[in-house]
Amino acid sequence: MIRNKLLLLATSVAAAALSACSGEGGGGAAGSGDTVAVGVLQSLTGTMAISEITVKNAEMLAIEEINAAGGVLGKKLNAVVEDGASDPSTFAQKASKLIESDKVATVFGGWTSASRKAMLPVFERTKNLLWYPVQFEGNECSPNIMYSGAQPNQQALPALEWAAAQGYKTYFLIGSDYVYPRTANLILKKHIEKGGMQVLGESYVPLGGTDFSGVIAKLRQAKPAIVINTLNGDSNVAFFKQLAAAGLGPKVLPVMSFSIGEQEAQAMGAQLVEGSYAAWNYFQSLPGDANAKFIAAYRKKFGADAAITDPMVHGYLDVYAWKAAVEKAKSFEPDAVRKAAASLGGFPTPMGTVSFAANQSLVQKAYIGRLKADGQFEIVSDSGADIPPQPYDALAFPGKTCTL
Amino acid sequence: MDLFLNQLFNGVSLASLYLLASLGLALSFGLMRVINMAHGEMLMLGGYLAWATLLVVPGAAGILIAMPVAFVGAAAMGGVIQTVLIRRLSARPLDTLLATWGVSLVLQQAARDLFGAVGVEVRAPAWLEGSVELAGVVIPTARLFIIGVAVAVLGGLALILLKTRIGLLVRAVNQDRMMASATGIAVGRVDLAVFCLGSGVAGLAGVMLALLGPVTPSVGQAYIIPAFLVVVMGGLGSITGTTAAAVILGVFAALAQLFVDVSVSQMLLLVFVVLFIQFRPQGVVAVRTRQLDA
Repeated sequence: MIRNKLLLLATSVAAAALSACSGEGGGGAAGSGDTVAVGVLQSLTGTMAISEITVKNAEMLAIEEINAAGGVLGKKLNAVVEDGASDPSTFAQKASKLIESDKVATVFGGWTSASRKAMLPVFERTKNLLWYPVQFEGNECSPNIMYSGAQPNQQALPALEWAAAQGYKTYFLIGSDYVYPRTANLILKKHIEKGGMQVLGESYVPLGGTDFSGVIAKLRQAKPAIVINTLNGDSNVAFFKQLAAAGLGPKVLPVMSFSIGEQEAQAMGAQLVEGSYAAWNYFQSLPGDANAKFIAAYRKKFGADAAITDPMVHGYLDVYAWKAAVEKAKSFEPDAVRKAAASLGGFPTPMGTVSFAANQSLVQKAYIGRLKADGQFEIVSDSGADIPPQPYDALAFPGKTCTL
Repeated sequence: MDLFLNQLFNGVSLASLYLLASLGLALSFGLMRVINMAHGEMLMLGGYLAWATLLVVPGAAGILIAMPVAFVGAAAMGGVIQTVLIRRLSARPLDTLLATWGVSLVLQQAARDLFGAVGVEVRAPAWLEGSVELAGVVIPTARLFIIGVAVAVLGGLALILLKTRIGLLVRAVNQDRMMASATGIAVGRVDLAVFCLGSGVAGLAGVMLALLGPVTPSVGQAYIIPAFLVVVMGGLGSITGTTAAAVILGVFAALAQLFVDVSVSQMLLLVFVVLFIQFRPQGVVAVRTRQLDA
């Protein structure tokens, strides 16, 4: 009998721990009464939490600012926060919970492409709208997603052009084993070959993997001029740690990363990654009053030494873009909102004036930064003009176009 | 050739991690037939204790102090789990499996709430940061150190099991629990000692993992599956078998990486163990025990 009780206790404690992961915030139907529910869906736990919690913070900051300024169409936003737990199927499940039981007007969230791919059918089925804040591999074009993160031609290809201009002729591609690194590398390989340069190797590690001994041995064998790194999450810490231990620090072997921002550099210890490169559409070190104002507001709320990253700014601007689109459409209806968003024209953000193109991706600039010892990036290259987004790379996916 | 030698070393290095992660499991599984799903969280605890120790004692000797701290801390946690939960459920293996899985979830969430979902970093001291080059093989000092620790732990365990009185009692209980109990051995206390020892070794393994990667609430999860594979392949409860299996699996995984990606090599590892068990179900070393005759 005692045993039964103990087991019951143990399982109920475990169940409580499980349910504690989910369900911050309350419900509330979209457009009913004087509030409107919006979903915020990021990984608050698991291997992606290192990157996604701050995106959630930035999205919440925008929601609070909008509420403080009177809300949208006279309604206050009620943010329903859910945890995707770094697991694509959890993302899909939480997305349908947000839309179908919390009746949210729209959802801000997602990070890994695996999570976006898992949520896509949910948003298409329910005809809702997802605002996706992270750079990705393109090759997707859904009317139910606003892609604010960089398309390959706004991050990966500018990075490759920069590397080629620096005289790097041989490349080694390392990534986590899922759709983004594999597709991004497919595109990169086509462009590297077209440019008459060489790919000396390509290696994938499971998401969250921490053993890089084999990868590093291959790197040492191949002796590339530069490594292009599409690892995501905690794996980066292990990769750079083991690279440094093997005597291949960033000063010996340059690394260009697509998923390391100020936040990740700070968490990893900037010393470890000092001198490595990153390509983004936003760096905390960008000049401008709007950026300074955003950084100050974020730090006031989340700590004076908080780092600001590209996906955070995309998450933040997504909320404002949604607000502007709702006001233009005079409706919370997702279909009207997405059409209004694509025809908004330029709007001011911490990363300068940007706009959504007709294919629902963001028109934006690209920057290459070099990490300094203080965890900030020194901007070493700038695309100059705004780059229009191309979801389908002409070399990797010939003949495909995105028209919505 | 260089690549092959490098991978051979990496295989041995991986084997040392697998060994440290699985020794505790092998001990408790061998003796009590308890499948401890919370074993991975002992690794995590060791990692966080190393991090905490380094906050108090920074500098070159920090990591050396962190090792006994993590050992004792994880052993104490193991003792609590054994006394409060496993001892009361030991007659029902499936219940222990579920209950320890629950403990694993609780501990992960506790770490998340205490230390944050973002991992903490344990910086290796300067004397563990470099690497030495030997006949074209680049050997990071940290990995060399981990191999040394694994060998020392293995030697220590062998000494305890073969030369001490408690070791004699452990072997007696392992061979025939009922008979050992009948001759007056306090079986419960032997169980407790072994469980503490196993958890302590796992805590030590956590410190070693922290030298190579970040310490996160889910750090143990990445090693629990290979650790179970090692225990199953080694032959239940045999330290020699566990060691042999750790070396075979570590070297297999590393050499497989010569031809395929890390993720494919992990799949091949599973296929390899399944095939191995088909041909040698008793594992590398079969332990003679009367446990299952009863």
